[in-house]
Amino acid sequence: MKQKRDNYAEIIFDAISENEAFARIIVAGFIMPLDPTIDQLNELKTIVSEAVTNCIIHGYENRGGKIKLTLESYHNEVTITVVDYGKGIEDLNRAKELFYTSKPEEERSGMGLTIMEIFSDEFHIHSKMGEGTIIKIKKNLDYTKEKYA
Amino acid sequence: MPLSVHLFIKADTLFVRLSGELDHHTSFQLRERINSLMDKYEIRNMIFNFKNLSFMDSSGIGVILGRYNQVKRNKGILIVCELNSMIEKIIKVSGLYKILVITKDEEQASNYLGVA
Ligand SMILES: Nc1ncnc2c1ncn2[C@@H]1O[C@H](COP(=O)(O)OP(=O)(O)O)[C@@H](O)[C@H]1O
Ligand SMILES: [Mg+2]
Repeated sequence: MKQKRDNYAEIIFDAISENEAFARIIVAGFIMPLDPTIDQLNELKTIVSEAVTNCIIHGYENRGGKIKLTLESYHNEVTITVVDYGKGIEDLNRAKELFYTSKPEEERSGMGLTIMEIFSDEFHIHSKMGEGTIIKIKKNLDYTKEKYA
Repeated sequence: MPLSVHLFIKADTLFVRLSGELDHHTSFQLRERINSLMDKYEIRNMIFNFKNLSFMDSSGIGVILGRYNQVKRNKGILIVCELNSMIEKIIKVSGLYKILVITKDEEQASNYLGVA
């Protein structure tokens, strides 16, 4: 297998819903040289879409702010970090429960964090009240290829 | 890619054909378009066609669940069809399998409801 060169990118953008699609396009472009399968591509796009949406509606409660997206590839492993500087999560264990949402009145399904966890190989979340939230995921594109082969 | 929403009514069934990407940003227009028809017409059932939908995340599940709760109030049925493998995965996680009817295509869905 051909060795892929390591790569790094970071971008800071406004926490507005237009940027959900923008963030997905950035991720798709970044991982293109790694020859992802269609499933891997869609899974990473979904993870980033969920994370960025959470920053916008939960972290900043639709009042705007900045989101930092960091992308790293090392051999065939991609690491993605999504950071907001918003309100933070009070109870992480409850937040991670499937179907838990603090905004049922906005027709949220409470599935975002679960989907991020399922679609990644490693999933980390750090949050501090009043300071913000960091989501970090890793996905090994070769490993997943073998897994589904 | 934005979302484009094509709606039409046959008998008491609303057909919802989606193309493009359904996320939190585009979910508002979909919800508003459906709700404005629900206000004007007697709609009992809904058929969502995802054939040309290239992306959907959990915000899409939220919209579908919201419409399911609406049709359930009139004892109606919500059907989703033309799921690609990615959308199928997300629907599986959501448990929607247990409460919605899933068919292969619109024709099967129409037959199911008897609006063919
Ligand atoms: N970036 C964030 N900042 C603050 N709270 C968050 C953030 N991400 C998630 N949460 C909290 O965790 C809950 C669960 O998130 P998620 O699983 O994505 O479901 P949903 O977005 O549908 O509510 C949210 O309802 C919210 O209370
Ligand atoms: Mg979410």
